[in-house]
Amino acid sequence: MTWEKLRNPQIAWRAAQDIQDNAYVNLGIGIPELIAKFQPEGRHITYHTENGVLGFGAAPAEGEEDWDLINAGKKAITLSAGASFFHHADSFAMVRGGHLDLAVLGAYQVAQNGDLANWRVGSKGVPAVGGAMDLVHGAKQVAVITDHTTKDGKPKLVEKCTFPLTGVGCITRVYTSLAVVDIDNGRFLLREKLPKLSFDELQSLTGATLHINGDVADLTVPDLS
Amino acid sequence: MDKTISTLEAAVADVSDNAVLMIGGFGGSGAPIDLIHALIDRYKATGSPAKLTVINNNAGNGKIGIAAMIDAGMVAKMICSFPRSSDPRAFTDKYLAGEIALELIPQGTLAERIRAAGAGIPAFFTPASYGTELAAGKQVQEFDGKPYVLEHWLKADFAFVKGALGDTYGNLTYRLAGRNFNPLMCMAARKTIVQVSKIINAGGIDPEEVVTPGLFVDGVVEVPDPQQEELLIRTGVEYA
Repeated sequence: MTWEKLRNPQIAWRAAQDIQDNAYVNLGIGIPELIAKFQPEGRHITYHTENGVLGFGAAPAEGEEDWDLINAGKKAITLSAGASFFHHADSFAMVRGGHLDLAVLGAYQVAQNGDLANWRVGSKGVPAVGGAMDLVHGAKQVAVITDHTTKDGKPKLVEKCTFPLTGVGCITRVYTSLAVVDIDNGRFLLREKLPKLSFDELQSLTGATLHINGDVADLTVPDLS
Repeated sequence: MDKTISTLEAAVADVSDNAVLMIGGFGGSGAPIDLIHALIDRYKATGSPAKLTVINNNAGNGKIGIAAMIDAGMVAKMICSFPRSSDPRAFTDKYLAGEIALELIPQGTLAERIRAAGAGIPAFFTPASYGTELAAGKQVQEFDGKPYVLEHWLKADFAFVKGALGDTYGNLTYRLAGRNFNPLMCMAARKTIVQVSKIINAGGIDPEEVVTPGLFVDGVVEVPDPQQEELLIRTGVEYA
């Protein structure tokens, strides 16, 4: 059977479906930011950016940017009704203090015990961590959104991370281009997979054992292209 | 009491060789570019201040601001969370050549270390970096069954800050997300110098609106039309 992996906007769409009404959410730089575009109708979600804004919306039109009003990715943003500003210590108090409902990050590797590696792939070049090591601590849910494998087909869901760690045992759920996987007591628990992709094939693309508890739902996502 | 300083030149005059200098801002938002450029002017004219340790979230962008300080050769060490930008060449080249030191700190830990210094708290425990290479050699202790890393306060000799409105007592407001590290750095430096778009008489800012009380501020200088790092980058400006 043939199957086609989900594209990044489709993975973001799937992750967006799980965000509850009235949630406070931090979306990491890059692919996680796409999630805001697919916020389900009728839900009020407040987005936090670690440089000190709660309640921001889409990017302004080109030429309308105010460069004192940016997100953590240094992109211009607009404010939503009810927005607030605060300094960096308060911003990370929101993160570590358990006040966010969800943080979503990208990943180089996620281990079956919830370890995350997402800040550097080796010891060469200039290291840069930003807020990633803080963002993995405190939110009620810490999810990852990622391709299921690397560009050259190596698993990104692994028994143990080989890249430098961002955090230990911190990830609760992983949305990939092939599946939705929970971290449950030190193991990967498969919740959803692409309907045409067999369990055996998915397992062969995963670097650690996929466990099943009850039904595995179909991962079905709109085309969005 | 009047904390007004009349010129940028006078505002940056006290920064000494080997000083630890906090610079507010996150990328270009809230970055005191005019104070930085005044300090570069002084260095070019006098060779001082040299061998600075600079604390900022980033490590400069393009050929202006902190990147221009690095290019000028004034900076011996950067303490930051994210030494990358749309054009990080200035820091990257010097770092890879071994000509500039780097202390890399998770962003929230950087903010809290600065806050702690300003609040007289010498150390604190945080979950950030536990189990990673950035926690190497640091004390770990469990609280309620979870491990935390001991981090120390981070002080500075000087802080350069960008505010919006300032009064003669040094009370400050900020503009939009330009607040970021600025209020924390005001508290943590021995001497805090702030550029604001407008200085008004004490009493002119509603006390309900004051973000940084003037007690944390040593000098304010008016820069009515402040430079914006992102706009300078986009128009290809070089300050070197």
